Amino acid sequence: MDTTTAPPTDAPPPPPVFDKGAPKAKKQLGDRIFLGLSRGSGITLLVIMAAIAAFLTYRAMLAISKDETNFLTTFEWNPQGEPVSFGIAVLAFGTVVSSIIAMVIAVPIAIGIALFISHFAPRRLAAPIAYLVDLLAAVPSIIYGLWGAVFLVPYLDGLNKWLDEYFAWTYIFDKTNEGVARNLFTVGILLAIMILPIITNVIREVFLQSPKMIEEAALALGATRWEVIRMAVIPFGRSGIISASMLGLGRALGETMAVAVVLSPSFLLSFHILDAGGGTFAQNIAAKFNEANGFGRDALIASGLVLFIITLLVNGAARAIIARRKEYSGANA
Amino acid sequence: MSHTLQDKRPSAAAPQGALSGARMPRWAPLAIAVGSAALGSLIGLGAGLDSKIQWALLAALVFVAATYLITAKVEGSRQGKNQVATSLVWVCFLLAVIPLLSLAWTTISKGAGVVDGYFLSHSMSGLLDTDEGGGVYHALLGTIEQVAIAAVIATPIGLLTAVYLVEYGTGKLSRAVTFFVDVMTGIPSIVAGLFILSTWNLMLGFGVSGFAGALALSILMMPVVVRSTEEMLKLVPNELREASLALGVPQWRTILKVVLPTAIGGITTGVMLAIARITGETAPVLLLVFGTKLINPNPFEGAQSSLPLYVFEQYSVGTDASHARAWGAALVLIAFVMILNLVARGIARWKAPKTGR
Repeated sequence: MDTTTAPPTDAPPPPPVFDKGAPKAKKQLGDRIFLGLSRGSGITLLVIMAAIAAFLTYRAMLAISKDETNFLTTFEWNPQGEPVSFGIAVLAFGTVVSSIIAMVIAVPIAIGIALFISHFAPRRLAAPIAYLVDLLAAVPSIIYGLWGAVFLVPYLDGLNKWLDEYFAWTYIFDKTNEGVARNLFTVGILLAIMILPIITNVIREVFLQSPKMIEEAALALGATRWEVIRMAVIPFGRSGIISASMLGLGRALGETMAVAVVLSPSFLLSFHILDAGGGTFAQNIAAKFNEANGFGRDALIASGLVLFIITLLVNGAARAIIARRKEYSGANA
Repeated sequence: MSHTLQDKRPSAAAPQGALSGARMPRWAPLAIAVGSAALGSLIGLGAGLDSKIQWALLAALVFVAATYLITAKVEGSRQGKNQVATSLVWVCFLLAVIPLLSLAWTTISKGAGVVDGYFLSHSMSGLLDTDEGGGVYHALLGTIEQVAIAAVIATPIGLLTAVYLVEYGTGKLSRAVTFFVDVMTGIPSIVAGLFILSTWNLMLGFGVSGFAGALALSILMMPVVVRSTEEMLKLVPNELREASLALGVPQWRTILKVVLPTAIGGITTGVMLAIARITGETAPVLLLVFGTKLINPNPFEGAQSSLPLYVFEQYSVGTDASHARAWGAALVLIAFVMILNLVARGIARWKAPKTGR
């Protein structure tokens, strides 16, 4: 897979034969056991992934086959009702909208912070700040949720009123119900704060790898620092920025507790993002789980399967972009 | 807001010769900042805006505009753009720091009054959620047991997988494993919880227990361990492997006695960071461990509690007493995670593999 492991890699057929006899057979036994163990672990991981997909699909099929309305377009969640009716339309909408808000806010700021750490900060500050960002990525999501509900929500009420007053004509910022700011907009902002450290970390790594020679050449030709960044750093890091954003997006899509704590859920699909209400896949599972019986749980698993597929696609795409970039930069290094 | 312009000499404002253009004095950004803060506040006051945030936003806008105009006038438009970009990068940084400081400050100030010896050594047994008092002992115990079990399951599998990928893997299998480990890193925690729910609980018929939660946590932990161990094993210089193999040491002993000991510091760090990550996971615990007020030291039987779950439950109750407990538990949780992080990074620095430089 890469060059650091070149010589000792060909284990299964023994490397160029040294001698034939008892010691070799012994070697092979130990090696075979160890190889078997480590290969077995790798296979275990693949089996777990396959099992996740298989079992979730199985339970989801049990649920969807009894759903009397369209699973994809229904606006309610009533798996234990008389006509069994549940659908993911509102959840999908809420998940996508809150994640988009989070990305719109987080990605530019993350690029800014990454640039700050890699190119603008005084050198003494850069390392501690990078360290701090690392630590922040480790703050548990439930604590972000608690902070969001107790501190951010009352705080954003003012911003909501302001947006409603001046930007109601945009339709999406038109606040039509009276309520605190437990809406998709607040969730988006909270998600942005949560994914900021993760995106920043990846982008910073990429920026730090940008070719120094080119930067210095540009500076020597009289380019300003911003011109260096625009012409040398950002083009080099573009795929890194894309994949970092998608990793952050994956996190935002699957975030459970912070959303569950902050949002006041409802099964109304509304483009007025300042209206309290809406829901996301993960939030709905956490909120409905305790009151769900056997079949209700299957229905929740069905929505979890959709979330799983979405995050799988997003993460897979992000990793594919990173992998492509690795080959590319490896050829140039 | 101070600007660092390392490529700019603090020379006098007047052009000296044909080769150097006009320069702003070093104190210019600060002066513009003070001026625009004053102007922003004035406009805010004049327009009757009561939110200080709006004042700050106005001031920031004035600052960016004024910086651009003045710099463009004195030094040219390219320098002006450079100044705007510098300002924006600083604004990004400050924008990100504010909520994070606020988060840390809120947790510490609200939690510090609650956490004491009593809080750490008592459970919620016999208390209504609305009562005052109580503690997190049962949650702390549950968290430690669940995380320990998850670590015991995930660490060997993760380590061996990383060894396979770095030391043996070349073919299709290792490429598939690499890809799916990456994808697995992004599995939402609630999906891992649902998976264990559908197998362990619904198919095999076990009830809620700390062990079920630990299984889900181990799924979340494995890919993190694989990734970090992989990175560390790749740092081990190939000369060490070659020397060992040349002496006739079989490959498995080379790995066990040479490669792993060389990388052990980094591997330990990776495992501890992974533990720190799963400690804060709430969603799978919510589905599988269920939560209880009582001390249940047996992770294999019956509901347990855990710190993140406790925070969620106490917040949901919604009384003052329970909110105070939620903040107290949040502080305990964040301290737990941060100590793990700091120790892990300390080990990384202390035992960093020598890369031959």
